[in-house]
Amino acid sequence: MSSNTDMTISEKILTNKAGKKVTAGDIVVADLDLMMFHDGTFHLVTEAWNKLKKGKIAYPDKVVTIIDHSAPAPTAGAANLHKELRKFTSDHGIKLYDVGQGICHQIVPERGHVVPGDLVVGADSHTTTYGGINVFSTGVGATDLAASLHTGQLWFKVPETIRINLAGEFSDGVYSKDLILWLAGKLTADGATYKTLEFGGPGMESMSIDARLTVANMAIELGGKAGIMEADEKTSDWVEKRSNKEPQPAKPDPKANYSQDMYVDLSDIEPSVAMPHAVDNYSRVVDLPETKVDQAVIGTCTNGRLEDLKVAAEIAEGNAIADGVRFIISPASNEIYEQASEEGILEELVQAGGSVITPGCGPCLGTHNGIPADGETVISTANRNFKGRMGNGNAEIFLGSPATVMASAIEGKITDPRDFT
Amino acid sequence: MIDTKLTGNAHKFGDDINTDYIIPGKYLMKITDNDELAKHAMEGVDPDFRDKAEPGDFIVGGNNFGSGSSREEAPTVIKHSGVAAVIAKSFARIFYRNALNIGLPIVECNTDKIDEGDKLSLDLSAGTLTNLDKEKNIRITPLPEEMTTILNDGGLVNHLDKHDTFAL
Repeated sequence: MSSNTDMTISEKILTNKAGKKVTAGDIVVADLDLMMFHDGTFHLVTEAWNKLKKGKIAYPDKVVTIIDHSAPAPTAGAANLHKELRKFTSDHGIKLYDVGQGICHQIVPERGHVVPGDLVVGADSHTTTYGGINVFSTGVGATDLAASLHTGQLWFKVPETIRINLAGEFSDGVYSKDLILWLAGKLTADGATYKTLEFGGPGMESMSIDARLTVANMAIELGGKAGIMEADEKTSDWVEKRSNKEPQPAKPDPKANYSQDMYVDLSDIEPSVAMPHAVDNYSRVVDLPETKVDQAVIGTCTNGRLEDLKVAAEIAEGNAIADGVRFIISPASNEIYEQASEEGILEELVQAGGSVITPGCGPCLGTHNGIPADGETVISTANRNFKGRMGNGNAEIFLGSPATVMASAIEGKITDPRDFT
Repeated sequence: MIDTKLTGNAHKFGDDINTDYIIPGKYLMKITDNDELAKHAMEGVDPDFRDKAEPGDFIVGGNNFGSGSSREEAPTVIKHSGVAAVIAKSFARIFYRNALNIGLPIVECNTDKIDEGDKLSLDLSAGTLTNLDKEKNIRITPLPEEMTTILNDGGLVNHLDKHDTFAL
């Protein structure tokens, strides 16, 4: 540890929220700007909360809950959990987004609950997503979340940071999903354990906020505690439209200490997949042997945003999905659903043979809405392809960009989307 | 307080045992009783685990144990299946916190010298791990002081009950 006072983005945000100068490795208690949980983690959050016997939530206006993991309820059990969750949120005066409003990790930034410089915890590992707009956000378990409801704070080990400097622009047919899949292959599934992935550099400019959220979303797949982008004009334009909160963008100091520096030219990235059954099992699409697909999924907290659906619709235009392929589309929120509908995007996708489901997480984690059969192969825009992830341990899951998934649905086999440009 | 002197047999797993393997997502929101849910512990990677494991046994993993989803059901089903501690080369960070928060001991060490079925003796307060079958002591990485405080209080809920705030 050097004695210089320059800080990474993570050190800056945690210094601000802990009210004292902190350095990587320190353990600190810090004030939270937002706490999030959903129907999937509600059960154990309330179990821990009830054991705490604290009665009142410290800052109900800083708590957001979403019903998205089993939405609409596929079983009576899930319906009863939802009923309990509605009662809990109304008893405590906390904000609830009910069935169909969207996936937590789209709702939280889209509805203006977070702004640059915020410190956020969520009882969901993909809470790292908000790093796309310069938020230090990280996933925690139910007990940590319950503790944060009581105190409005949580303890953190200040993470070391891997700096990823981006240059250049993506070539046609290549997207930010390809970047993060490539990076997972490079750094491996635990290459960023206990660390922040900090992104910056001139290459970021060409990436939309949708694209940045995709990258931050998957920081956890490399073991990362957070995945944070520098903030720029795009960030402030996007946030201003959605939030009244005062942003405090955190910029890294020039001599900040990084555990590792990486330089990536975006034009070197090619259409990519994660092969079964690990997110770091990397392959370029062009290197795959012929791989027939039975189901294609576009959606999830990783790639269910407007830009993702638009890219797919452009490829779908005038094409139809191959015989024997099922094509499921889940817009990440109601707002995206509406926009995609207005812009004729959903029409293209449905005409190509797709079926649109309620915004939610079902297919990705195997609760409902698209569980594959034994021996089947799925290509999905999700973030995890663990054996059994989609509800059947006897199916294989490939992960790719919305463009790769769409091209694959049309051809009935995993296909390079550049064939369609 | 938790038992600090533990003896049991090892159940050996590889690297990257993610929380979907520890408790598949298809059971979440369907089974809410922790003992019932625990009948499916480790099912995603070893469907026979619950038939083999005896109360007091150890789960032994490689690198990045508990990666993936933040679901606290993962350490919860391990604890409710009677496993005394999880021993691995390294842990994913959310699992690490969750386990200690609910009072499930975890131990970081080189697990190469532990094979399936080996009898192990773990003394948490002394910080020693012995492979009784191989008559070998295994050096373990001590828990940070803050984590020991939480574990000794019996988990984070009890810690907050005792102090009403984070006393770390």
